[in-house]
Amino acid sequence: MAYLQSMATRASTFSGKKGRLPYLLLAPGLLWLFTFFVLPIINLAGTSTQTPVIGGDTGQYVQTFRFANYIDAFNASREQFARSFIYATLATLLALAISYPLAYAIAFRSGKYKNLLLVLVIAPFFTSFLLRTVAWKQILGESGFVVPTLRALHIIGPNTTLTASALAVVTGMTYNFLPFMTLPLYASLERIDPRTLEASNDLYSNAFTTFRKVTFPLSMPGVVAGTLLTFIPAAGDYVNAAILGNPNTTMLGNVIDSRFFRIVDYPTAAALSFMLMAAILILVTLYIRKSGTDELV
Amino acid sequence: MNQAPIPTLPFGRRVSRWFGRNLIRIYAVFGFAYLFVPVIYTFAFSFNDAGKSNLTWRGFTFNNWKNPCGAPDVCSALGNSIKIGLLATITATILGTLIAFALGRHRFRGRSATNLLIFLPMATPEVVLGASLLAMFLAFRINPGFWPTVIAHVMFCISFVVVTVKARIASLDPRLEQAAMDLYANERETFRRVTLPLVMPGIAGAALLAFSLSFDDFIITNFNSGTLVTFPKFVYVSAARGIPAQANVIGSSMFFLALFIVIAGQLVNRKKVR
Repeated sequence: MAYLQSMATRASTFSGKKGRLPYLLLAPGLLWLFTFFVLPIINLAGTSTQTPVIGGDTGQYVQTFRFANYIDAFNASREQFARSFIYATLATLLALAISYPLAYAIAFRSGKYKNLLLVLVIAPFFTSFLLRTVAWKQILGESGFVVPTLRALHIIGPNTTLTASALAVVTGMTYNFLPFMTLPLYASLERIDPRTLEASNDLYSNAFTTFRKVTFPLSMPGVVAGTLLTFIPAAGDYVNAAILGNPNTTMLGNVIDSRFFRIVDYPTAAALSFMLMAAILILVTLYIRKSGTDELV
Repeated sequence: MNQAPIPTLPFGRRVSRWFGRNLIRIYAVFGFAYLFVPVIYTFAFSFNDAGKSNLTWRGFTFNNWKNPCGAPDVCSALGNSIKIGLLATITATILGTLIAFALGRHRFRGRSATNLLIFLPMATPEVVLGASLLAMFLAFRINPGFWPTVIAHVMFCISFVVVTVKARIASLDPRLEQAAMDLYANERETFRRVTLPLVMPGIAGAALLAFSLSFDDFIITNFNSGTLVTFPKFVYVSAARGIPAQANVIGSSMFFLALFIVIAGQLVNRKKVR
Protein backbone atom coordinates (compact mmCIF):
# COMPACT_ATOMS: atom_id res chain seq x y z
CA MET A 1 0.00 0.00 0.00
CA ALA A 2 2.80 2.36 0.93
CA TYR A 3 4.41 1.50 -2.38
CA LEU A 4 1.22 2.25 -4.21
CA GLN A 5 0.86 5.60 -2.51
CA SER A 6 4.44 6.55 -3.28
CA MET A 7 3.82 5.52 -6.88
CA ALA A 8 0.78 7.72 -6.98
CA THR A 9 2.65 10.62 -5.48
CA ARG A 10 5.50 10.14 -7.88
CA ALA A 11 3.20 9.92 -10.85
CA SER A 12 1.41 13.08 -9.98
CA THR A 13 4.60 14.96 -9.27
CA PHE A 14 6.24 14.18 -12.56
CA SER A 15 3.19 14.74 -14.64
CA GLY A 16 1.79 17.55 -12.52
CA LYS A 17 -1.77 16.24 -12.98
CA LYS A 18 -3.93 17.53 -10.27
CA GLY A 19 -6.96 19.42 -11.47
CA ARG A 20 -10.15 17.82 -12.66
CA LEU A 21 -8.85 14.79 -14.53
CA PRO A 22 -9.02 12.24 -11.67
CA TYR A 23 -12.61 13.21 -10.96
CA LEU A 24 -13.53 12.82 -14.61
CA LEU A 25 -11.99 9.34 -14.56
CA LEU A 26 -13.83 8.41 -11.38
CA ALA A 27 -17.22 9.94 -12.16
CA PRO A 28 -18.87 7.34 -14.44
CA GLY A 29 -17.87 4.29 -12.40
CA LEU A 30 -18.59 5.81 -9.02
CA LEU A 31 -21.90 7.17 -10.26
CA TRP A 32 -22.83 3.64 -11.32
CA LEU A 33 -21.86 2.23 -7.92
CA PHE A 34 -23.73 5.01 -6.15
CA THR A 35 -26.93 4.50 -8.15
CA PHE A 36 -26.98 0.71 -8.19
CA PHE A 37 -25.25 -0.15 -4.93
CA VAL A 38 -25.50 2.70 -2.38
CA LEU A 39 -29.02 3.88 -3.22
CA PRO A 40 -30.51 0.35 -3.19
CA ILE A 41 -28.93 -0.28 0.22
CA ILE A 42 -30.44 2.96 1.55
CA ASN A 43 -33.76 2.01 0.00
CA LEU A 44 -33.48 -1.42 1.61
CA ALA A 45 -32.98 0.24 4.99
CA GLY A 46 -36.29 2.04 4.40
CA THR A 47 -38.04 -1.17 3.37
CA SER A 48 -36.86 -2.96 6.50
CA THR A 49 -39.08 -0.87 8.82
CA GLN A 50 -42.24 -0.98 6.70
CA THR A 51 -45.45 -2.80 7.62
CA PRO A 52 -48.20 -4.27 5.41
CA VAL A 53 -50.93 -1.91 4.19
CA ILE A 54 -54.07 -2.73 6.16
CA GLY A 55 -56.56 -4.22 3.77
CA GLY A 56 -54.03 -3.98 0.92
CA ASP A 57 -52.80 -6.66 -1.50
CA THR A 58 -49.88 -8.96 -0.75
CA GLY A 59 -46.66 -7.11 -1.39
CA GLN A 60 -48.05 -3.69 -0.51
CA TYR A 61 -46.18 -2.05 2.34
CA VAL A 62 -46.16 1.34 4.00
CA GLN A 63 -43.43 3.07 5.96
CA THR A 64 -44.18 3.02 9.70
CA PHE A 65 -40.62 2.92 11.10
CA ARG A 66 -41.35 -0.30 12.89
CA PHE A 67 -37.89 -1.30 14.15
CA ALA A 68 -39.40 -4.30 15.89
CA ASN A 69 -39.29 -5.89 12.40
CA TYR A 70 -35.65 -6.62 13.12
CA ILE A 71 -36.41 -8.42 16.37
CA ASP A 72 -39.24 -10.41 14.78
CA ALA A 73 -37.09 -11.33 11.80
CA PHE A 74 -34.23 -12.39 14.03
CA ASN A 75 -36.43 -14.49 16.29
CA ALA A 76 -38.06 -16.18 13.32
CA SER A 77 -34.76 -17.28 11.80
CA ARG A 78 -32.33 -17.61 14.67
CA GLU A 79 -31.38 -21.14 13.62
CA GLN A 80 -30.56 -20.11 10.07
CA PHE A 81 -28.46 -17.26 11.40
CA ALA A 82 -26.42 -19.62 13.55
CA ARG A 83 -26.15 -22.14 10.72
CA SER A 84 -24.94 -19.55 8.22
CA PHE A 85 -22.09 -18.53 10.49
CA ILE A 86 -21.19 -22.05 11.63
CA TYR A 87 -21.18 -23.49 8.10
CA ALA A 88 -19.28 -20.50 6.74
CA THR A 89 -16.67 -20.79 9.51
CA LEU A 90 -16.26 -24.53 8.93
CA ALA A 91 -15.97 -24.06 5.18
CA THR A 92 -13.41 -21.28 5.66
CA LEU A 93 -11.26 -23.37 8.02
CA LEU A 94 -11.43 -26.40 5.71
CA ALA A 95 -10.57 -24.25 2.71
CA LEU A 96 -7.59 -22.84 4.62
CA ALA A 97 -6.41 -26.34 5.58
CA ILE A 98 -6.68 -27.53 1.98
CA SER A 99 -5.35 -24.39 0.31
CA TYR A 100 -2.35 -23.55 2.46
CA PRO A 101 -0.23 -26.62 1.61
CA LEU A 102 -1.39 -26.37 -1.99
CA ALA A 103 -0.38 -22.71 -2.26
CA TYR A 104 2.87 -23.47 -0.43
CA ALA A 105 3.70 -26.32 -2.81
CA ILE A 106 3.03 -24.11 -5.84
CA ALA A 107 5.00 -21.16 -4.46
CA PHE A 108 8.08 -23.05 -3.26
CA ARG A 109 8.18 -26.57 -4.66
CA SER A 110 6.89 -26.43 -8.20
CA GLY A 111 9.95 -25.15 -10.10
CA LYS A 112 9.23 -24.47 -13.74
CA TYR A 113 5.69 -25.81 -13.50
CA LYS A 114 4.57 -22.91 -11.29
CA ASN A 115 2.41 -21.16 -13.89
CA LEU A 116 0.90 -24.40 -15.14
CA LEU A 117 -0.07 -25.46 -11.63
CA LEU A 118 -1.54 -22.05 -10.93
CA VAL A 119 -3.72 -22.39 -14.02
CA LEU A 120 -4.74 -25.87 -12.86
CA VAL A 121 -5.82 -24.47 -9.49
CA ILE A 122 -8.17 -21.98 -11.13
CA ALA A 123 -9.22 -24.23 -14.01
CA PRO A 124 -11.92 -26.24 -12.19
CA PHE A 125 -13.73 -22.99 -11.54
CA PHE A 126 -14.20 -22.37 -15.23
CA THR A 127 -17.00 -24.89 -15.25
CA SER A 128 -20.24 -23.40 -14.02
CA PHE A 129 -20.64 -22.96 -10.26
CA LEU A 130 -24.06 -24.64 -10.42
CA LEU A 131 -22.80 -27.60 -12.44
CA ARG A 132 -19.97 -28.15 -9.95
CA THR A 133 -22.43 -28.14 -7.08
CA VAL A 134 -24.70 -30.59 -8.87
CA ALA A 135 -21.63 -32.75 -9.57
CA TRP A 136 -21.02 -32.95 -5.81
CA LYS A 137 -24.59 -34.10 -5.38
CA GLN A 138 -23.81 -36.97 -7.76
CA ILE A 139 -20.40 -37.73 -6.24
CA LEU A 140 -21.80 -37.94 -2.70
CA GLY A 141 -24.99 -39.62 -3.89
CA GLU A 142 -25.91 -43.30 -3.90
CA SER A 143 -24.50 -43.91 -7.37
CA GLY A 144 -21.28 -41.98 -6.74
CA PHE A 145 -18.05 -43.66 -5.71
CA VAL A 146 -17.70 -42.16 -2.22
CA VAL A 147 -20.62 -43.85 -0.48
CA PRO A 148 -19.88 -47.44 -1.66
CA THR A 149 -16.18 -47.01 -0.78
CA LEU A 150 -16.90 -45.75 2.72
CA ARG A 151 -19.46 -48.53 3.19
CA ALA A 152 -17.01 -51.18 2.06
CA LEU A 153 -14.47 -49.82 4.54
CA HIS A 154 -17.15 -49.84 7.25
CA ILE A 155 -16.55 -46.15 7.96
CA ILE A 156 -20.25 -45.45 7.54
CA GLY A 157 -23.12 -47.81 8.14
CA PRO A 158 -25.06 -49.44 5.27
CA ASN A 159 -27.96 -47.03 5.69
CA THR A 160 -26.04 -43.80 6.13
CA THR A 161 -26.22 -41.40 3.22
CA LEU A 162 -24.13 -38.33 2.57
CA THR A 163 -26.37 -36.17 0.40
CA ALA A 164 -29.02 -33.88 1.81
CA SER A 165 -26.90 -33.27 4.89
CA ALA A 166 -24.92 -30.55 6.63
CA LEU A 167 -21.77 -32.41 5.62
CA ALA A 168 -22.67 -32.15 1.95
CA VAL A 169 -23.46 -28.44 2.28
CA VAL A 170 -20.13 -27.69 3.95
CA THR A 171 -18.26 -29.84 1.41
CA GLY A 172 -19.87 -27.97 -1.45
CA MET A 173 -19.17 -24.57 0.11
CA THR A 174 -15.54 -25.47 0.81
CA TYR A 175 -15.05 -26.57 -2.75
CA ASN A 176 -16.86 -23.70 -4.42
CA PHE A 177 -15.01 -20.93 -2.61
CA LEU A 178 -11.57 -22.59 -2.65
CA PRO A 179 -9.89 -20.35 -5.26
CA PHE A 180 -10.75 -17.28 -3.18
CA MET A 181 -8.54 -18.82 -0.50
CA THR A 182 -5.78 -20.32 -2.64
CA LEU A 183 -4.99 -17.30 -4.81
CA PRO A 184 -4.37 -14.70 -2.04
CA LEU A 185 -2.38 -17.31 -0.08
CA TYR A 186 -0.26 -18.04 -3.11
CA ALA A 187 0.24 -14.32 -3.78
CA SER A 188 1.54 -13.65 -0.27
CA LEU A 189 3.68 -16.81 -0.10
CA GLU A 190 5.20 -16.09 -3.49
CA ARG A 191 6.27 -12.64 -2.35
CA ILE A 192 8.36 -14.03 0.53
CA ASP A 193 12.05 -13.47 -0.08
CA PRO A 194 13.69 -16.94 -0.01
CA ARG A 195 16.66 -15.35 1.72
CA THR A 196 14.60 -14.82 4.87
CA LEU A 197 14.02 -18.58 4.97
CA GLU A 198 17.72 -19.25 4.39
CA ALA A 199 18.59 -16.83 7.17
CA SER A 200 16.28 -18.67 9.53
CA ASN A 201 17.97 -21.93 8.53
CA ASP A 202 21.41 -20.46 9.07
CA LEU A 203 20.33 -19.49 12.57
CA TYR A 204 19.79 -23.18 13.35
CA SER A 205 16.03 -23.28 13.31
CA ASN A 206 14.56 -26.48 11.93
CA ALA A 207 11.99 -26.61 9.15
CA PHE A 208 9.07 -26.45 11.57
CA THR A 209 10.39 -23.46 13.51
CA THR A 210 11.17 -21.66 10.26
CA PHE A 211 7.61 -22.22 9.17
CA ARG A 212 6.13 -21.15 12.48
CA LYS A 213 8.30 -18.08 13.04
CA VAL A 214 9.05 -16.88 9.51
CA THR A 215 6.92 -18.29 6.72
CA PHE A 216 3.54 -18.26 8.42
CA PRO A 217 3.77 -14.72 9.89
CA LEU A 218 4.95 -13.42 6.51
CA SER A 219 1.99 -15.09 4.78
CA MET A 220 -0.50 -13.49 7.19
CA PRO A 221 -1.85 -10.91 4.68
CA GLY A 222 -2.75 -13.80 2.39
CA VAL A 223 -4.39 -15.74 5.22
CA VAL A 224 -6.47 -12.70 6.20
CA ALA A 225 -7.48 -11.86 2.63
CA GLY A 226 -8.27 -15.49 1.81
CA THR A 227 -10.32 -15.98 4.96
CA LEU A 228 -12.42 -12.90 4.27
CA LEU A 229 -12.91 -13.67 0.59
CA THR A 230 -14.11 -17.17 1.51
CA PHE A 231 -16.15 -16.35 4.58
CA ILE A 232 -18.18 -13.48 3.12
CA PRO A 233 -19.66 -15.29 0.11
CA ALA A 234 -20.02 -18.49 2.15
CA ALA A 235 -22.07 -16.77 4.87
CA GLY A 236 -24.46 -15.32 2.31
CA ASP A 237 -24.65 -18.37 0.07
CA TYR A 238 -27.82 -20.37 -0.38
CA VAL A 239 -27.15 -22.35 -3.54
CA ASN A 240 -25.16 -25.08 -1.77
CA ALA A 241 -27.78 -25.38 0.95
CA ALA A 242 -30.55 -25.54 -1.65
CA ILE A 243 -28.91 -28.20 -3.84
CA LEU A 244 -26.93 -30.26 -1.32
CA GLY A 245 -28.91 -29.76 1.87
CA ASN A 246 -32.25 -30.67 3.40
CA PRO A 247 -34.93 -28.53 5.10
CA ASN A 248 -32.88 -28.68 8.31
CA THR A 249 -29.77 -27.19 6.75
CA THR A 250 -31.27 -23.97 5.36
CA MET A 251 -29.15 -20.86 5.74
CA LEU A 252 -29.99 -17.19 6.01
CA GLY A 253 -29.71 -16.78 2.24
CA ASN A 254 -32.46 -19.37 1.75
CA VAL A 255 -34.72 -17.47 4.14
CA ILE A 256 -34.10 -14.11 2.46
CA ASP A 257 -34.74 -15.69 -0.94
CA SER A 258 -38.00 -17.34 0.10
CA ARG A 259 -39.24 -14.28 2.04
CA PHE A 260 -38.66 -12.24 -1.08
CA PHE A 261 -40.08 -14.53 -3.74
CA ARG A 262 -42.42 -16.98 -2.12
CA ILE A 263 -43.90 -15.05 0.77
CA VAL A 264 -43.42 -11.56 -0.74
CA ASP A 265 -42.47 -10.32 2.72
CA TYR A 266 -40.10 -7.53 1.68
CA PRO A 267 -39.63 -5.93 5.14
CA THR A 268 -38.47 -9.17 6.76
CA ALA A 269 -36.18 -9.99 3.82
CA ALA A 270 -34.73 -6.47 4.06
CA ALA A 271 -34.24 -6.66 7.84
CA LEU A 272 -32.52 -10.04 7.53
CA SER A 273 -30.28 -8.73 4.72
CA PHE A 274 -29.26 -5.84 6.92
CA MET A 275 -28.51 -8.03 9.89
CA LEU A 276 -26.45 -10.38 7.72
CA MET A 277 -24.49 -7.47 6.29
CA ALA A 278 -23.97 -5.87 9.70
CA ALA A 279 -22.86 -9.14 11.28
CA ILE A 280 -20.38 -9.75 8.48
CA LEU A 281 -19.00 -6.21 8.59
CA ILE A 282 -18.54 -6.38 12.38
CA LEU A 283 -16.81 -9.76 12.18
CA VAL A 284 -14.60 -8.57 9.33
CA THR A 285 -13.58 -5.41 11.20
CA LEU A 286 -12.79 -7.33 14.38
CA TYR A 287 -10.85 -9.90 12.42
CA ILE A 288 -8.78 -7.32 10.56
CA ARG A 289 -8.04 -5.47 13.82
CA LYS A 290 -7.05 -8.66 15.58
CA SER A 291 -4.80 -9.95 12.83
CA GLY A 292 -3.20 -6.55 12.57
CA THR A 293 -3.25 -6.12 8.83
CA ASP A 294 -4.96 -2.95 7.80
CA GLU A 295 -3.30 -3.06 4.41
CA LEU A 296 -6.14 -5.00 2.91
CA VAL A 297 -8.47 -2.19 1.96
CA MET B 1 31.10 -32.70 -2.47
CA ASN B 2 29.48 -36.07 -2.84
CA GLN B 3 32.76 -37.89 -3.33
CA ALA B 4 32.64 -39.89 -0.11
CA PRO B 5 30.51 -43.04 -0.42
CA ILE B 6 27.07 -42.32 0.99
CA PRO B 7 26.16 -44.77 3.71
CA THR B 8 22.99 -46.51 2.64
CA LEU B 9 20.17 -46.04 5.07
CA PRO B 10 17.90 -48.94 5.98
CA PHE B 11 14.92 -49.20 3.69
CA GLY B 12 12.40 -48.04 6.28
CA ARG B 13 14.39 -44.90 7.04
CA ARG B 14 14.78 -44.15 3.36
CA VAL B 15 11.07 -44.48 2.75
CA SER B 16 10.18 -42.26 5.69
CA ARG B 17 12.77 -39.70 4.59
CA TRP B 18 11.35 -39.68 1.07
CA PHE B 19 7.90 -39.11 2.52
CA GLY B 20 9.20 -36.37 4.79
CA ARG B 21 10.76 -34.53 1.87
CA ASN B 22 7.86 -35.03 -0.50
CA LEU B 23 5.00 -34.77 1.94
CA ILE B 24 3.95 -31.41 0.60
CA ARG B 25 4.04 -32.70 -2.99
CA ILE B 26 1.98 -35.76 -2.11
CA TYR B 27 -0.48 -33.47 -0.40
CA ALA B 28 -0.59 -31.27 -3.49
CA VAL B 29 -1.41 -34.30 -5.66
CA PHE B 30 -4.35 -35.10 -3.39
CA GLY B 31 -5.38 -31.46 -3.43
CA PHE B 32 -5.47 -31.42 -7.22
CA ALA B 33 -7.41 -34.67 -7.29
CA TYR B 34 -10.02 -33.07 -5.02
CA LEU B 35 -10.17 -30.01 -7.27
CA PHE B 36 -10.69 -32.02 -10.42
CA VAL B 37 -13.14 -34.71 -9.33
CA PRO B 38 -16.27 -32.58 -10.00
CA VAL B 39 -14.85 -31.38 -13.33
CA ILE B 40 -14.17 -34.94 -14.43
CA TYR B 41 -17.68 -35.90 -13.33
CA THR B 42 -19.22 -33.06 -15.31
CA PHE B 43 -17.15 -34.00 -18.35
CA ALA B 44 -17.85 -37.72 -18.08
CA PHE B 45 -21.58 -37.20 -17.72
CA SER B 46 -21.61 -35.08 -20.88
CA PHE B 47 -21.21 -38.42 -22.70
CA ASN B 48 -24.03 -40.05 -20.79
CA ASP B 49 -26.88 -41.47 -22.85
CA ALA B 50 -29.08 -39.79 -20.32
CA GLY B 51 -32.48 -39.16 -21.75
CA LYS B 52 -34.24 -36.81 -19.37
CA SER B 53 -32.38 -37.32 -16.11
CA ASN B 54 -28.60 -37.21 -16.04
CA LEU B 55 -28.11 -38.48 -12.52
CA THR B 56 -27.05 -42.07 -13.19
CA TRP B 57 -24.81 -43.54 -15.87
CA ARG B 58 -26.76 -45.15 -18.71
CA GLY B 59 -24.20 -45.71 -21.44
CA PHE B 60 -21.76 -43.85 -23.65
CA THR B 61 -22.84 -41.61 -26.51
CA PHE B 62 -21.53 -38.71 -28.61
CA ASN B 63 -25.06 -37.48 -29.30
CA ASN B 64 -24.98 -34.73 -26.69
CA TRP B 65 -21.82 -33.27 -28.17
CA LYS B 66 -23.18 -33.58 -31.72
CA ASN B 67 -26.34 -31.80 -30.75
CA PRO B 68 -25.60 -29.43 -27.84
CA CYS B 69 -28.85 -27.52 -28.36
CA GLY B 70 -30.87 -30.73 -28.30
CA ALA B 71 -32.43 -30.14 -24.90
CA PRO B 72 -35.14 -27.49 -24.79
CA ASP B 73 -34.02 -24.01 -23.66
CA VAL B 74 -30.35 -24.85 -23.06
CA CYS B 75 -29.07 -22.75 -25.91
CA SER B 76 -31.39 -19.79 -25.41
CA ALA B 77 -30.23 -19.71 -21.76
CA LEU B 78 -26.62 -19.89 -22.92
CA GLY B 79 -27.25 -17.10 -25.43
CA ASN B 80 -28.73 -14.86 -22.73
CA SER B 81 -25.74 -15.51 -20.47
CA ILE B 82 -23.27 -14.65 -23.22
CA LYS B 83 -25.14 -11.46 -24.20
CA ILE B 84 -25.38 -10.29 -20.59
CA GLY B 85 -21.76 -11.29 -19.96
CA LEU B 86 -20.41 -9.36 -22.96
CA LEU B 87 -22.40 -6.19 -22.24
CA ALA B 88 -21.52 -6.26 -18.54
CA THR B 89 -17.85 -7.02 -19.23
CA ILE B 90 -17.38 -4.19 -21.73
CA THR B 91 -19.09 -1.63 -19.49
CA ALA B 92 -17.48 -2.74 -16.23
CA THR B 93 -14.00 -2.97 -17.79
CA ILE B 94 -14.19 0.59 -19.14
CA LEU B 95 -15.61 2.08 -15.93
CA GLY B 96 -13.30 0.08 -13.67
CA THR B 97 -10.14 0.81 -15.68
CA LEU B 98 -10.84 4.55 -15.52
CA ILE B 99 -11.19 4.34 -11.73
CA ALA B 100 -8.02 2.24 -11.49
CA PHE B 101 -6.05 4.89 -13.39
CA ALA B 102 -7.42 7.63 -11.18
CA LEU B 103 -6.44 5.68 -8.05
CA GLY B 104 -3.09 4.47 -9.33
CA ARG B 105 -1.89 7.61 -11.05
CA HIS B 106 -3.45 10.62 -9.38
CA ARG B 107 -3.60 12.34 -6.06
CA PHE B 108 -7.01 13.67 -5.19
CA ARG B 109 -9.32 14.44 -2.34
CA GLY B 110 -11.74 11.66 -1.41
CA ARG B 111 -9.29 8.88 -2.18
CA SER B 112 -10.10 6.76 0.86
CA ALA B 113 -13.85 7.23 0.36
CA THR B 114 -13.37 5.95 -3.20
CA ASN B 115 -11.42 2.95 -1.94
CA LEU B 116 -14.20 2.20 0.52
CA LEU B 117 -16.88 2.44 -2.17
CA ILE B 118 -14.88 -0.02 -4.28
CA PHE B 119 -14.35 -2.41 -1.38
CA LEU B 120 -17.91 -2.49 0.00
CA PRO B 121 -19.64 -4.29 -2.91
CA MET B 122 -17.04 -7.06 -2.61
CA ALA B 123 -17.69 -7.33 1.15
CA THR B 124 -21.47 -7.46 0.74
CA PRO B 125 -23.08 -10.89 0.39
CA GLU B 126 -24.66 -11.50 -3.00
CA VAL B 127 -28.11 -12.05 -1.51
CA VAL B 128 -28.04 -8.53 -0.11
CA LEU B 129 -26.80 -7.01 -3.39
CA GLY B 130 -29.46 -8.86 -5.34
CA ALA B 131 -32.34 -8.25 -2.95
CA SER B 132 -31.60 -4.54 -2.47
CA LEU B 133 -31.32 -3.85 -6.19
CA LEU B 134 -34.54 -5.70 -6.95
CA ALA B 135 -36.34 -3.84 -4.16
CA MET B 136 -35.26 -0.55 -5.72
CA PHE B 137 -36.25 -1.60 -9.24
CA LEU B 138 -39.65 -2.62 -7.91
CA ALA B 139 -40.01 0.68 -6.03
CA PHE B 140 -39.45 2.53 -9.33
CA ARG B 141 -41.82 0.14 -11.10
CA ILE B 142 -39.03 -1.24 -13.29
CA ASN B 143 -39.70 -4.87 -14.13
CA PRO B 144 -36.81 -7.30 -13.61
CA GLY B 145 -35.42 -8.74 -16.83
CA PHE B 146 -32.55 -8.40 -19.29
CA TRP B 147 -31.39 -4.80 -18.66
CA PRO B 148 -31.76 -4.86 -14.87
CA THR B 149 -29.57 -7.98 -14.91
CA VAL B 150 -26.93 -6.26 -17.06
CA ILE B 151 -26.98 -3.26 -14.70
CA ALA B 152 -26.56 -5.55 -11.67
CA HIS B 153 -23.68 -7.44 -13.28
CA VAL B 154 -21.82 -4.23 -14.17
CA MET B 155 -22.25 -3.12 -10.56
CA PHE B 156 -20.62 -6.17 -9.00
CA CYS B 157 -17.92 -6.52 -11.69
CA ILE B 158 -16.57 -2.94 -11.41
CA SER B 159 -14.81 -3.53 -8.08
CA PHE B 160 -13.03 -6.63 -9.32
CA VAL B 161 -11.86 -4.79 -12.45
CA VAL B 162 -10.56 -1.87 -10.36
CA VAL B 163 -8.61 -4.17 -8.03
CA THR B 164 -7.07 -6.18 -10.89
CA VAL B 165 -6.06 -3.20 -13.06
CA LYS B 166 -4.85 -1.19 -10.04
CA ALA B 167 -2.52 -4.05 -9.07
CA ARG B 168 -1.09 -4.05 -12.58
CA ILE B 169 -0.54 -0.28 -12.55
CA ALA B 170 1.15 -0.53 -9.15
CA SER B 171 3.55 -3.20 -10.39
CA LEU B 172 4.81 -1.13 -13.34
CA ASP B 173 8.41 -0.05 -13.24
CA PRO B 174 8.24 3.77 -13.01
CA ARG B 175 11.55 4.00 -14.84
CA LEU B 176 9.92 2.90 -18.10
CA GLU B 177 7.69 5.95 -18.14
CA GLN B 178 10.53 8.18 -17.03
CA ALA B 179 12.61 6.82 -19.89
CA ALA B 180 9.84 7.70 -22.33
CA MET B 181 9.70 11.22 -20.94
CA ASP B 182 13.49 11.47 -21.18
CA LEU B 183 13.18 10.54 -24.84
CA TYR B 184 10.96 13.58 -25.36
CA ALA B 185 7.63 11.81 -25.40
CA ASN B 186 4.95 14.10 -24.07
CA GLU B 187 2.44 12.99 -21.51
CA ARG B 188 -0.10 11.74 -24.00
CA GLU B 189 2.44 9.81 -26.05
CA THR B 190 3.92 8.26 -22.93
CA PHE B 191 0.49 7.10 -21.90
CA ARG B 192 -0.48 5.77 -25.32
CA ARG B 193 2.80 4.10 -26.25
CA VAL B 194 4.23 3.01 -22.90
CA THR B 195 1.77 3.02 -20.01
CA LEU B 196 -1.31 1.65 -21.77
CA PRO B 197 0.45 -1.25 -23.52
CA LEU B 198 2.08 -2.20 -20.23
CA VAL B 199 -1.25 -2.12 -18.38
CA MET B 200 -3.07 -3.97 -21.18
CA PRO B 201 -2.49 -7.52 -19.82
CA GLY B 202 -4.04 -6.35 -16.56
CA ILE B 203 -7.06 -4.95 -18.39
CA ALA B 204 -7.42 -8.16 -20.40
CA GLY B 205 -7.21 -10.21 -17.22
CA ALA B 206 -9.81 -8.00 -15.57
CA ALA B 207 -12.14 -8.39 -18.55
CA LEU B 208 -11.80 -12.18 -18.43
CA LEU B 209 -12.49 -12.14 -14.70
CA ALA B 210 -15.52 -9.89 -15.19
CA PHE B 211 -16.92 -12.15 -17.90
CA SER B 212 -16.49 -15.29 -15.85
CA LEU B 213 -18.06 -13.64 -12.78
CA SER B 214 -21.00 -12.45 -14.86
CA PHE B 215 -21.42 -15.69 -16.76
CA ASP B 216 -21.35 -17.77 -13.60
CA ASP B 217 -23.48 -15.55 -11.38
CA PHE B 218 -26.65 -17.07 -10.06
CA ILE B 219 -27.80 -15.32 -6.88
CA ILE B 220 -27.87 -11.68 -8.08
CA THR B 221 -29.20 -12.80 -11.47
CA ASN B 222 -31.97 -14.81 -9.88
CA PHE B 223 -33.20 -11.69 -8.08
CA ASN B 224 -33.06 -9.31 -11.03
CA SER B 225 -33.80 -11.34 -14.13
CA GLY B 226 -37.51 -12.02 -13.66
CA THR B 227 -38.57 -14.62 -16.19
CA LEU B 228 -35.39 -14.38 -18.26
CA VAL B 229 -33.42 -17.65 -18.04
CA THR B 230 -29.62 -17.56 -17.96
CA PHE B 231 -27.39 -20.63 -18.06
CA PRO B 232 -26.82 -20.89 -14.27
CA LYS B 233 -30.53 -20.31 -13.71
CA PHE B 234 -31.33 -23.06 -16.19
CA VAL B 235 -29.10 -25.49 -14.28
CA TYR B 236 -30.61 -24.47 -10.93
CA VAL B 237 -34.18 -24.83 -12.11
CA SER B 238 -33.59 -28.18 -13.78
CA ALA B 239 -31.46 -29.51 -10.87
CA ALA B 240 -34.58 -30.82 -9.19
CA ARG B 241 -35.83 -32.74 -12.24
CA GLY B 242 -32.42 -33.75 -13.54
CA ILE B 243 -30.17 -31.67 -15.74
CA PRO B 244 -29.98 -32.57 -19.42
CA ALA B 245 -26.54 -33.83 -20.48
CA GLN B 246 -26.35 -30.91 -22.93
CA ALA B 247 -25.74 -28.63 -19.94
CA ASN B 248 -22.65 -30.73 -19.14
CA VAL B 249 -21.52 -30.35 -22.75
CA ILE B 250 -21.76 -26.58 -22.43
CA GLY B 251 -20.08 -26.56 -19.00
CA SER B 252 -17.21 -28.70 -20.29
CA SER B 253 -16.81 -26.58 -23.42
CA MET B 254 -16.61 -23.44 -21.27
CA PHE B 255 -13.93 -25.16 -19.20
CA PHE B 256 -11.78 -26.05 -22.21
CA LEU B 257 -12.32 -22.67 -23.84
CA ALA B 258 -11.25 -20.79 -20.69
CA LEU B 259 -8.27 -23.09 -20.21
CA PHE B 260 -7.26 -22.47 -23.81
CA ILE B 261 -7.54 -18.68 -23.44
CA VAL B 262 -5.49 -18.63 -20.24
CA ILE B 263 -2.73 -20.90 -21.57
CA ALA B 264 -2.59 -19.06 -24.90
CA GLY B 265 -2.40 -15.77 -22.99
CA GLN B 266 0.53 -17.06 -20.97
CA LEU B 267 2.36 -18.28 -24.06
CA VAL B 268 1.88 -14.93 -25.81
CA ASN B 269 3.16 -13.15 -22.70
CA ARG B 270 6.20 -15.39 -22.51
CA LYS B 271 7.06 -14.70 -26.15
CA LYS B 272 6.78 -10.97 -25.55
CA VAL B 273 9.10 -11.16 -22.56
CA ARG B 274 11.71 -12.88 -24.71
